Amino acid sequence: MSSTATHYPNAPKSQPSARHTLAVIVDNEPGVLARIAGLFSGRGYNIESLTVSETEHDKHISRITVVTSGTANVIDQIKAHLDRLVPVHRVVDLTEQGEALERELALVKVVGKGDHRVEAMRLASAFGARTLDASLTSFVFELTGSTEEIERFIKLMTVVGLTEVSRTGIAAMSRGPDAM
Amino acid sequence: MSEMMTGAEMVVRALQDQGVEHLFGYPGGAVLPIYDAIFQQDKVKHVLVRHEQGAVHAAEGYARSGPGKVGCVLVTSGPGATNAVTGLTDALLDSIPLVVITGQVPTHLIGSDAFQECDTVGITRSCTKHNYLVKSIADLPRILHEAFYVAANGRPGPVVIDIPKDIQFATGAYSRPRDNQHKTYRPVVKGDLGKIKAAVELIASAKKPIFYTGGGVINSGPHAASLLREFARLTGFPVTSTLMGLGAFPAADKQWLGMLGMHGTYEANLAMHDCDVMINIGARFDDRITGRIDGFSPRSRKIHIDIDPSSINKTVKIDIGIVGDCAHVLEDMVRIWRETSPQMDKSALAAWWTQIEGWRGRKSLSYKRSETIIKPQYALQRLQELTKDRDTYITTEVGQHQMWAAQYLDFQEPNRWMTSGGLGTMGYGLPAAIGVQMRHPKALVIDVAGEASILMNMQEMSTAVQYRLPVKVFILNNEYMGMVRQWQELLHGGRYSESYSQSLPDFVKLAEAYGGHGIRCDDPDKLDDAIMEMIKTPKPVIFDCIVAKEENCFPMIPSGKAHNEMILPDFEGDTGQIIDAKGKQLV
Repeated sequence: MSSTATHYPNAPKSQPSARHTLAVIVDNEPGVLARIAGLFSGRGYNIESLTVSETEHDKHISRITVVTSGTANVIDQIKAHLDRLVPVHRVVDLTEQGEALERELALVKVVGKGDHRVEAMRLASAFGARTLDASLTSFVFELTGSTEEIERFIKLMTVVGLTEVSRTGIAAMSRGPDAM
Repeated sequence: MSEMMTGAEMVVRALQDQGVEHLFGYPGGAVLPIYDAIFQQDKVKHVLVRHEQGAVHAAEGYARSGPGKVGCVLVTSGPGATNAVTGLTDALLDSIPLVVITGQVPTHLIGSDAFQECDTVGITRSCTKHNYLVKSIADLPRILHEAFYVAANGRPGPVVIDIPKDIQFATGAYSRPRDNQHKTYRPVVKGDLGKIKAAVELIASAKKPIFYTGGGVINSGPHAASLLREFARLTGFPVTSTLMGLGAFPAADKQWLGMLGMHGTYEANLAMHDCDVMINIGARFDDRITGRIDGFSPRSRKIHIDIDPSSINKTVKIDIGIVGDCAHVLEDMVRIWRETSPQMDKSALAAWWTQIEGWRGRKSLSYKRSETIIKPQYALQRLQELTKDRDTYITTEVGQHQMWAAQYLDFQEPNRWMTSGGLGTMGYGLPAAIGVQMRHPKALVIDVAGEASILMNMQEMSTAVQYRLPVKVFILNNEYMGMVRQWQELLHGGRYSESYSQSLPDFVKLAEAYGGHGIRCDDPDKLDDAIMEMIKTPKPVIFDCIVAKEENCFPMIPSGKAHNEMILPDFEGDTGQIIDAKGKQLV
């Protein structure tokens, strides 16, 4: 008999946890985001990134992109729970469909003078970031890319005077001709 | 054709159009326009409860005591809504279809901490299947009808509609939507035929099969119960059920093993543990059923039929998961079974039944009788005997009496047994009985209660008296919160911390004070006569049945054990030593 005797199911043992990007198409009605966020917090799931915007204005339909992680069983549960919410049209697991395109946008404010300022400008151009605002002592850059690229950019900018970051979270879409 | 009317009139008209006959509720400032509209019609009858929690439980009892009806509730904003929360959660966990209308402060005051304002949709979001805040009169007719559709379709559940007072006064066009198709919510009711065929093959190959059925069969309607009976007869397999599913399969049947789970019978639990093919129909592997999950039915292949995809593979790994409504899936299964008439392993099945009869011979529901005091089990056996030929409906509160009722009362038909399973809500039984009696005015409706639980919604006696609902409250009075005391005996060295029912009221006088009839009995020899007096009294009765004080509810799968490690009633050792240190941390 194991010592973890319980009426409740044991925590899943040493199952690999994976990151999944889910696209959730919902009716853009009041409280729909709270409903989805509440589902995750109430059942103990993680939200790593959440992006929401209305995508079809005439039909009031929004697309929510959620990045979450969990065991295969947990991911299945998350999808089933999302799918049974009344305002949810459908849930698509983009990760399961293959290498989905995932991009996020970051606004990065860098403050500094002299070499730091020159280096910041040089790095920004190497990453293909746009300069949205400049003053004698600061820049605001806009960078679009994968999460990893954004992370790398922010890490480098930290050295040259990063003061503020705003990120959108992930927008994602499957490759190929099929629409969801 | 649409018709112009106020929001309040729309509410009442939509209830009428949905065929609602009874509405349980309690008025208040934010719902006065709706109460005014109720006053001016007589199709929807309002039942005035004494506490909003009672209204929701009454609506639950009403909805559960027969097929095809959604329970309806009307309460005011703020405390009206928050008092309804326990009932909503209860209905969510037990999958009971309800539409609960709450009043709200006028739209322009929302968020201003107005008098009797609360964030009703925020508070009830996680305890409803769905909820709505109506922000425009134009949305109201659609939302009202959609709420009934959502409550009743798929896995049933409670739906809240929060209606600000200005919307109730506003005028708009009402029309009943022609088609009931929801644009996003369309639950699958027909099961996947490929999986059903695979399940039939697996069932046919079984050597030690068992049907494990749950509340899903009851919710699916009487047709599902009759298909279950047909399939069980065709296969000859044993049948057990969860607390929620009692009555779907007749207790008088030879194939019936009794309830399973924490206080289930020895034969049901051991058959679950040792089976090779488990056929779960509309049950959800609740922790009270499975016991220790890693010791749960280790050698079986499992088929699971459930209308809720999130129930499949939630806690127990399933071999064949079929998403669909029990009746639809069973219909296909029975049809395929008849078409293919598969060969079963008759000798293996005979051996399985021999094994089961051996377990049955253990008589796990036996108890030590007494000549001088009433044993609670005996009281229920007599209640069963004296009510079995009547048109009887049973509700319960929560605790030992509830488990004893599940063990010792026999249910031959679905919808006769109303109990708070998932949430375990003390105070459920009396208001639920009121709801049942409202739907079945001529039936015998009994709330099997404990002396502690009954006090949680005692005020509803007043409702029963007002509407001349002759509900019977049968209290097994052991002067303890019995299940708490039992766990303290098993887990906490018999230190009965706060579980003694001090300063109990005189229940006979209390019944009389409410305008009902009170009976007390403490003598086994006089019990039958007293029960007959209760049955024959044509008004609400509180029966104070004084029973053995420290009787334990056995059999029991103790905390942290598997199905094959039950405590049986003839256990002679020290009950304080059964559960180990790890098990004591669990609930």
